[in-house]
Amino acid sequence: MWHGWTGNVLRVDLSKPQITIEELDRSSAENYIGGRGLGIKYLYDEMNPSIDALSPANKLIFATGPLTGTGAPAASRYMVMCKGPLTEAIAESSAGGAFATAMKYAGYDMIILEGKASTPVYLWINNDQIELRDASHLSGKSSIETEKAVIAETDPNAKVSCIGPAGENLVLFACVMNDMGRAAGRSGVGAVMGSKNLKAIAVHGTGGLKVADGVAFRKAIYEAYKTIDTEDTEHFHQLGTPAVLALVKEFGALPTRNFQTGVNPHWEKLSGETLATTIATRHNMGLACPACPVGCGRVTKVTNPEFPGEGVGPEYETIGLFGSSCETNDLEVVSKAGFICNEMGMDTISAGAAIACAMELYEKGYLTEKDVGMPLNFGNSEAVIKLTEDMALRKGFGNVLAEGSYRLAKRYGHPEFFMGSKKLDFASYDPRGLQGMGLGYATNSRGACHIRGEVHDLTLYSVKHWKITKDHNVGPVDPLRWDDKPLLGADVQDWFCIIDSCGMCNFMFFLALDEDHARHLIESATGIDMGGYKGLMKTGERIFNLERLFNLKAGLTSKDDTLPKRMLEEPMPEGPAKGMVVHLGEMLPEYYKIRGWTADGVPTPEKLKELGLESV
Amino acid sequence: MAKGLVIDISRCTGCGYCELMCSFVHHGEFNTLKSRIHTNVFIEKSTAVPVVCYQCEDPWCLKACPAGAISIENDPKTGIRVVKVHKEKCVGCKMCTLACPFGCIVVSDGYAEKCDLCGGYPECVRVCRAGAIRFEETEYGLAAKRKSVAERLLDSYQEG
Repeated sequence: MWHGWTGNVLRVDLSKPQITIEELDRSSAENYIGGRGLGIKYLYDEMNPSIDALSPANKLIFATGPLTGTGAPAASRYMVMCKGPLTEAIAESSAGGAFATAMKYAGYDMIILEGKASTPVYLWINNDQIELRDASHLSGKSSIETEKAVIAETDPNAKVSCIGPAGENLVLFACVMNDMGRAAGRSGVGAVMGSKNLKAIAVHGTGGLKVADGVAFRKAIYEAYKTIDTEDTEHFHQLGTPAVLALVKEFGALPTRNFQTGVNPHWEKLSGETLATTIATRHNMGLACPACPVGCGRVTKVTNPEFPGEGVGPEYETIGLFGSSCETNDLEVVSKAGFICNEMGMDTISAGAAIACAMELYEKGYLTEKDVGMPLNFGNSEAVIKLTEDMALRKGFGNVLAEGSYRLAKRYGHPEFFMGSKKLDFASYDPRGLQGMGLGYATNSRGACHIRGEVHDLTLYSVKHWKITKDHNVGPVDPLRWDDKPLLGADVQDWFCIIDSCGMCNFMFFLALDEDHARHLIESATGIDMGGYKGLMKTGERIFNLERLFNLKAGLTSKDDTLPKRMLEEPMPEGPAKGMVVHLGEMLPEYYKIRGWTADGVPTPEKLKELGLESV
Repeated sequence: MAKGLVIDISRCTGCGYCELMCSFVHHGEFNTLKSRIHTNVFIEKSTAVPVVCYQCEDPWCLKACPAGAISIENDPKTGIRVVKVHKEKCVGCKMCTLACPFGCIVVSDGYAEKCDLCGGYPECVRVCRAGAIRFEETEYGLAAKRKSVAERLLDSYQEG
């Protein structure tokens, strides 16, 4: 009997085409929970990681967690997993919105997409009635137009996940989009969907979700709900993720001019407080994903007659890259660039980073006006908007940018201007001011991800609620200290594997909740015993190690656990982190040791045995 | 003074937590279709609107019910007034669903059902952190609304 989980996996072979429904593997569910865990388990078992990410051999998995669609706070997430074309490593992008809940109510924990359709199609899932439909009339349509068109053709209550033109054009950092502006953003999962000729998935679900122990689950909900009602939550409710900007600025870690410095004297023009009083359409509040007590989503309106617009966003990362790293210092420009990314279905971090990288190449003379077709100094707002559009459509110089900043910097002979790790661009935090972020960027499975080893939140938010490391008893976290980060970083990475697998949004956890809340919710929903705190963290470690094995098989080595020269050798020129470099050389060997990996970053046979991975 | 659900659209984030918990306490499952409160989200208008039974003074559903299964219950102790469906009398004919102009009574699992105010402790209110659904004296809510309108007028008056 399945509780929390629906117990069904929908498998669609787009080549044949063939649609099958199979039972979820019980032991995988218990050992990997859902979402990111089940995604990597199925990918690792079924696919050779060395395949070309944009070939039909790549599999694209949409995976929910056992809590998705329940009343656990902010349990609305799904993960989109595959081999990422941008990174050539595991891709694991998460999105909120109402799509995942609809997937569960229709009766599916996961959708596995294989092969490649011969012509553009979309998948229409009306409970157990499933069909592939022609989508040739949707080609070239924006993600928002696509969503509306598919809803009009299927059911007014259908929820749609789709790609925009960027995904169709195989932009290497294209997203999968849903609910008018929610994105499974990073690593190019949208390009993989595009490579399969799959334009959209529409789901209408009318079934409900039952949990194993209703009384215990309701108690766990209210314990979590009460705990989340804090000042930090209210701050996020009022300002959304742009609230983070003022906090990051305190650490001198706000990327400016492609990470040349972490100090932007014009930061106030970009802050969450400024956004709330200028372009936000609702004062001090936004819109929420299902069951979320925060509601971080912003809706904004740009009135500049040169580039008017209205839509969802921007998030903090969008502001950091388009606003500070490209030095436009203008929220209207940021917001407009964000709208374009949403419509085109493109990761705002990698898009902003590609432009910032091109700007540095241009200012240093490695890229000319002839190459770009226009001047490209830092702060050129017009160019930012034009190039954002062009990269989605692969027009002119946009075609070069569409390959991402790693390939851009390499193409023009200066790979050192790529700011990221494993070919994935840094998010909006300069790791010289946040040492734990540096280690996370270098070691997270999908590359320079700011979420999966979120040690920085210990410093950004009050540490008092952080009990994850209770076994390790760390004191207050100093962002500039590096010797305590390997232990902390590994712990937080394992813990985020659990969060990304259960179906809840990680904001719940960095704002207030801890592993007991998660465990009580998962156990009462599914009826399984996680084996206490230790068992829960072991499950997280298992997921993380399996991702590592995937990456090793994909051809990555410990040489890829690195950071740009600028982070390792050029001291931060000014501000609170002045003089700092990332002490990765000190952290990495210690981190490998704590992980039970060899000096080359390979999990030892003993570690694999301990995690039940000896047979893989 | 009667207490009731007071909706404040300006505070609703559209999270639908109210729907999830409503269906869970009344049907033992998370299923927004079985909820008695519904949040309609208008993303492009940056607005969300919860819709729920307002416990009419002269209920359309009550008048339409041929089985006499709907009545108005007053609890003198709590001061709560609720339009209630008596499940044992209901035949599931759906006349009430046709009569209600707001779509706030439905037939689900064979019986008519509508908001029962959870016996005075509405679950939807418990999970509305934004304060868009409150359980209070309805006159108090209206007075607050009038005051907020007055404040806005005051702002524009002073700006002018």
